Amino acid sequence: MKIGAPREIFEGEARVAMTPDSALQLQKLGHHCVIETGAGMKAGFSDEAYAAAGVEVLPSAEALFEAADIVVKVRGPERSEAERLRRGQTLISFFWPAQNAELLELCKEKGATVVAMDMVPRISRAQKMDALSSMANIAGYRAVIEAGNNFGRFFTGQVTAAGKVPPAKVLVVGAGVAGLAAIGTATSLGAITYAFDVRPEVAEQIESMGAEFVFLEFEEAQDGAATGGYAAPSSPEFREKQLAKFRELAPEMDIVITTALIPGRPAPKLWTEDMVSAMKRGSVIVDLASERGGNCDLTVPDQKIVTPNGVTVVGYTDFPSRMAAQASTLYSTNIRHMLTDLTPKKDGVIHHNMEDDVIRGATVTHDGAITFPPPPPKVAAIAAAKPREKVKEPTPEEKRAAEIAAFRKQTVSQVAMLAVGTALLLFVGMYAPPSFMAHFIVFALACFVGFQVIWNVSHSLHTPLMAVTNAISGIVILGALLQIGSGNFLVVLLAAISVLIATINIVGGFLVTRRMLAMFQKS
Amino acid sequence: MSIGLTSAAYIAAAILFILSLGGLSGQESAKRAVWYGIVGMALAVGATVFGPGVGHYVIIAVMVIAGAVAGAYVAKKVEMTEMPQLVAALHSFVGLAAVFIGLNAQFELGSVVAVKEQGGNLETLAGFAAVLAHKMPVEILILKVEVFLGIFIGAVTFTGSVVAFGKLAGKIDGKPAKLPGGHAINAATIVASLVLLVIYFNAPAGSAVWTLLLMTLIAGFLGWHLIMGIGGADMPVVVSMLNSYSGWAAAAIGFTLGNDLLIVTGALVGSSGAILSYIMCRAMNRSFISVILGGFGGTTGPAQEIAGEMIAIDADGVAAALNDADSVIIVPGYGMAVAQAQGSVSELTRKLRARGKEVRFAIHPVAGRLPGHMNVLLAEAKVPYDIVLEMDEINEDFPSTDVAIVIGSNDIVNPAAQEDPNSPIAGMPVLEVWKAKQVFVSKRGQGTGYSGIENPLFYKDNTRMFYGDAKKSLDALLPLIE
Repeated sequence: MKIGAPREIFEGEARVAMTPDSALQLQKLGHHCVIETGAGMKAGFSDEAYAAAGVEVLPSAEALFEAADIVVKVRGPERSEAERLRRGQTLISFFWPAQNAELLELCKEKGATVVAMDMVPRISRAQKMDALSSMANIAGYRAVIEAGNNFGRFFTGQVTAAGKVPPAKVLVVGAGVAGLAAIGTATSLGAITYAFDVRPEVAEQIESMGAEFVFLEFEEAQDGAATGGYAAPSSPEFREKQLAKFRELAPEMDIVITTALIPGRPAPKLWTEDMVSAMKRGSVIVDLASERGGNCDLTVPDQKIVTPNGVTVVGYTDFPSRMAAQASTLYSTNIRHMLTDLTPKKDGVIHHNMEDDVIRGATVTHDGAITFPPPPPKVAAIAAAKPREKVKEPTPEEKRAAEIAAFRKQTVSQVAMLAVGTALLLFVGMYAPPSFMAHFIVFALACFVGFQVIWNVSHSLHTPLMAVTNAISGIVILGALLQIGSGNFLVVLLAAISVLIATINIVGGFLVTRRMLAMFQKS
Repeated sequence: MSIGLTSAAYIAAAILFILSLGGLSGQESAKRAVWYGIVGMALAVGATVFGPGVGHYVIIAVMVIAGAVAGAYVAKKVEMTEMPQLVAALHSFVGLAAVFIGLNAQFELGSVVAVKEQGGNLETLAGFAAVLAHKMPVEILILKVEVFLGIFIGAVTFTGSVVAFGKLAGKIDGKPAKLPGGHAINAATIVASLVLLVIYFNAPAGSAVWTLLLMTLIAGFLGWHLIMGIGGADMPVVVSMLNSYSGWAAAAIGFTLGNDLLIVTGALVGSSGAILSYIMCRAMNRSFISVILGGFGGTTGPAQEIAGEMIAIDADGVAAALNDADSVIIVPGYGMAVAQAQGSVSELTRKLRARGKEVRFAIHPVAGRLPGHMNVLLAEAKVPYDIVLEMDEINEDFPSTDVAIVIGSNDIVNPAAQEDPNSPIAGMPVLEVWKAKQVFVSKRGQGTGYSGIENPLFYKDNTRMFYGDAKKSLDALLPLIE
C-alpha cells in the first residue's frame, strides 16, 4: 500500500504525520511511502532527508491524494482535503468526529475510511498509538517553558553572592498526561510544584513526579476509572470547595498551569477573575485548555495577554506545533503503530479488522457508513483504583509494647524448644550407653558449629560451598578404610568400591572448587 | 600410628574443615579455605590408613589412585553450566558409599556373632569386626539403629541424586512426575521401612539381613519417587537438600563406626545443606515441605487479569537504549545458562563499562539450578564479582536505573508476587526490575515460566520483549553498542 503524508494546510501548523524515521519503519511493514514536497520543512525534515529514507516526494497535494492509498495527517482534513478523498482510501488523522459531524458526513459520502487518532480507546494495548497523550505530554512540557519565558525569575531557589533567590511556586491544575508532564518539567527546573486533580487516585502519580498533591477534604470522591481515566464534571458543592482552595493558594503561586478538560464539554472555569487579581505582579498563567474556552476566565485563545495587575495569561492553543520536530516524531510513531496494527502480517496489505477494539474504536467511517460512536471497548481502560488503606503510625509506646511482646514470644519459643530438646536428650541418655552419648555430644556441637559457620558464607559462593561440602562429605572414605581390613571378601569388595567413589568425591570436589574460586575476580 | 596420634590428626582435620567452610565468607579468603579443606582431608585419610585396624593396603592404593584420577579428570572437564549435574552426581556417590559401609557393618556384625557362637577366639577377627567384638549388647542395639538409619539415608540420597542428576543433565524430563497415589506411596514406603526397622531391631544381632536389603530397595525407590515429583526450578532446594542428606548419612555412618571425625564432618555438611535449603525456600517464600511435596501451592482466587500486550523490540532498539543509558542492571536466570550466553553477557558488560556506564548484576537466590549458580557462571565469564550483587543489595536501586535487562529469568522478576495476592507466588521476594525506567526481557518465546504463571512484567509499559535465543540476541546486540 502507498502511504502518503500531505503538507498540513492549517494556519500555523508545523507538524507532519510522517518523518524519515517512521517512513523507514513503515517500509519494513511492506508499505511504500510518499510525501508532498515541503511537508516536513517546518518540523525540520527536508525533502532530501525523506528521499534518502526511500520516500517518494510528490510535487503537490493533489498528486499525493491521487497516489496514496492511505493518507496520514495531523490535523483533521479541511473541506478541500476531504473533497479529494475517494472510495477505498483511508485517512488517518485527528478528526474530533463529535464536533465535526458535517465533515464526517462528507467523508462517508466520499466512501473513505477514516481512522480518528483522537478516538483511539484508552486501553493499555493502545497506548503506543495514543496520540492525544503524546501531544499532551509535549503541551505540558512546553507550557512550563512558555511560563518560564514570561516569568521574570528563576525557577530554582539559589543562594548567590548577589543575594538569595526564592524558588518559584508552580501550581498544576489537572494531572492528566499534560499535567504530569508539566509537573515533571517544573520540578526538574527546580520549582516547588503543587498539583490538583479531582481524581484522588492520581495522587500517587503526582507525588511520584515530585509534586505535592493539593488535598481536598471531600466525601464523594470521583472514580476516574469509570470514565476511561478522564475526569467527569463535579458536583456544585465540590466545585465550591475546590475554588475556595484555589483562592487560598492564588496569592502564593508564581505560575499556574491549568490543564483541566472534561471530554465532550467546554473546559471548566477553575481559575476565576478574582484569583487572577489576587496573584502577585509578574505571575504567569498558562491555560492549556484554551482551545475549549480555557480554565481561566481571562484566557484569550491563541493570545498572550497581560492583566492590569501584571499577570500574564498565555492562551496559546498550538503548543505541540511549537515543538514541531518533537511532536512530529512522536505523532508519526503513533501513526506507525496504528499502521502496524492495521498490517498484521507485515506484508504491506491493510487488514481493517473491525473486531479489534482499538481499530474499531478509532474508525469513524468505514465502507460508506458512519461507525461513530463506537461500542464500548471490551477491556476496561484502567483497573479501578483500590482505596488506599490508611496505615496507622504506631505510637512510641505501642512500638515498644510490640517489641517487648515479640521479644517475649521469641524467648518463650526458644525456651520451649530448649526444654523439649533437653527432655529428648535426657530420655536418650537414660537408655543409651555412655559411648553413644560421647559421640552424641560431638554430633550436637558439630551441628551448632556448622550452623554458625554456614550463615556467614557469602551467597555468591554457594556453589563452591556445595562443591567443598561435597568433597568433605567424601569423608565416608574413613568408614570404608576402617572396614577394608576385614577378612570377609564381600565386605572388602564393598569397602573397596566405597573407597573408590569416595576418592572421586574428595578429589573431584576439591579440584572443582579450586577451579571455581580461581575464576572469581575483582574488577 | 597410635590411637592417640590418629585422634590428634582427626581433631586437626575437624578444625581445618570448619575453617575451610568458614573461609567461604569472602571470595579472597575462600581461595585459602579450600587448601584448609584439602590438608584436613589428607590428614584424616593419612591418619586412618596408617592407623590401627586397617589392612589390604594394595587395594586401598589402587582404589585411591583410580578414584583420584577419575575425580581430577571430571573436575577438569566439567563445564561450569554443568556444575549442578556434577554436584548431584557427587552426592549420589556419598549416598552409595554410605549404603555399602552400612551393609558392611551388618556383615561384620554377622561374622562376629558367628565367631562368638562357635566359641572361637575373638582375637582372630580383623579390622572393624574386632571393634564390634568388644561392644556391649545395648551398644549393639544402638548400632543396629544407626546402621539402619545410615543405609536408609544413604539409599534415599543415592537414588534421589541420580534422578536429580538426570533431570539437571536433561536426561530425564524436568517436569514433576509422580506415580498415581503420589504422596501416599511415599508415606507407605516410610511406614514399610519403620516396620522393617522393628523386625530388624528385634531379630538376633547379625541376622535378618533381608530386612536391610529390602529396606535399601524401598528407600531407593523413595528417593527416586520423591525427586521425580519435583520440578526443574525447585532444583536448587533439591540439590541442597541432597547435600544435607549426604552429610547426615556420613554422620550416621560415623555413629556406626564410632568415628568422631565422620560425625563432625557429617554434621557440618548436613547443617550446611540444611541452611542452603532454608535460604532457597525463603527466597521462594515457600515452606520446605511444600517444595518437597512438589508443585506450587494452590491459588486462593482468580489471578489478576493482565491488560496490555507484549511489545517486541529488535537489537537496534535495545542498543539505542543502552547507548543512552547511564546505569544498567542485568538480571540473569537459568535461560542464560541454557543458552551458554554468559560469555556474551560478559562482553556486553565490558563494552558498556568501557563507555563509563555503570553495569551491575542482580542475582536472585534461586536463579539457576544450584545455589549460587549464576555467580559461578558470571565468574567463569570473567565478570568481576564486586558488580554482582544479591537481591537485597540491589533491589532498592532499580528506580534509579535506566535500563534493566532480564536474560532468561521469569518467575524471579514477576511483579505478581507483590501485586496480586491471589498469585501462587504471592509474597515471594522478587527483583523489582519493573521499577527501572526501561526493561528489556530476552526470552525465547511467549511462554510462561516454571511456575506456569503469567508474568505481568512482560505487559508493562516500560517493558520490551527481545525475543530469541539469549546468546544470539546478545551477539547481535554487541556490535551495535558504540
